[in-house]
Amino acid sequence: MSRLIRMDSTGHSTLAEWTAADDTGFREASEAFRRELDGGYIGVVSDGPGHATQVRELPADADLVIMRRPIAGG
Amino acid sequence: MPAASEVLSELASVPWRRRAGAASLRTRGRIWKWFTVVYVAQWVAVAALLLALNPMSAPVAAVGLAMAWIVPNLYAARGATTLRPKGPRHEHAEPLAQGFLGDLLGHDEREIQRHTGLAVEPGRLGTWVVGERGAALVTDGGRRVHCFCIRTTDPELPPSDRIAHLLLALRTDEEGFATVANHTFAGAPWRLSRRIDRHARPALAAAQRRT
Repeated sequence: MSRLIRMDSTGHSTLAEWTAADDTGFREASEAFRRELDGGYIGVVSDGPGHATQVRELPADADLVIMRRPIAGG
Repeated sequence: MPAASEVLSELASVPWRRRAGAASLRTRGRIWKWFTVVYVAQWVAVAALLLALNPMSAPVAAVGLAMAWIVPNLYAARGATTLRPKGPRHEHAEPLAQGFLGDLLGHDEREIQRHTGLAVEPGRLGTWVVGERGAALVTDGGRRVHCFCIRTTDPELPPSDRIAHLLLALRTDEEGFATVANHTFAGAPWRLSRRIDRHARPALAAAQRRT
């Protein structure tokens, strides 16, 4: 089961879940992902220890996709 | 536009900055070192000269020596603020956020974070210590530390989520992270260690050992 989560004031919220065989679930997750991008969030896939990749489309095969806010110096 | 990127998108907000790297950090470290050496040396020299010319000027010489002591410490104190907890604690959401942050960390790093509130993260430039509103990078075999002021733009996040934001950005693009962040201090780790909270010191010590 893959998950799309957003880090927010609650700790984190699960926005969508899907499996490789679940096209409808993946489509809904993609729409949720796009809504978060439009809201200013950034999509990140954690690729294991020490590495993460920023994504602009929801990868169907990722176990976990995390939405984070932008960072800034200051 | 590619679907995936290893370049931090926040770099677009600082187009005037040159991308940070090992060489630029080494240069910054040397500048900070020699600035501090020259600054301290000039005040010590002034104090020594005053005493040599007239021992009655001892109070003025003492002021000079105080300047040589205080100002470098103020710089170190500014660096230490990057590793101090800041902002609302959000006690209701923090346990969930800390669990999520723990999932991102290895076993040893998770234990360090639980006790110090700081995440230790090995990188290509050195070993990072990531806090809620900043990060420190230990380089040069543990002999130098750089402090960076950097934060998430959402102030309502619980503390561990603030760290997780910085950690994920750091893992995406380490040099981009160091570019977006504001560099606030470089110097010997012991200068920083004296200024950070006692409970946070093991994180800095762990970063030194791993560098």
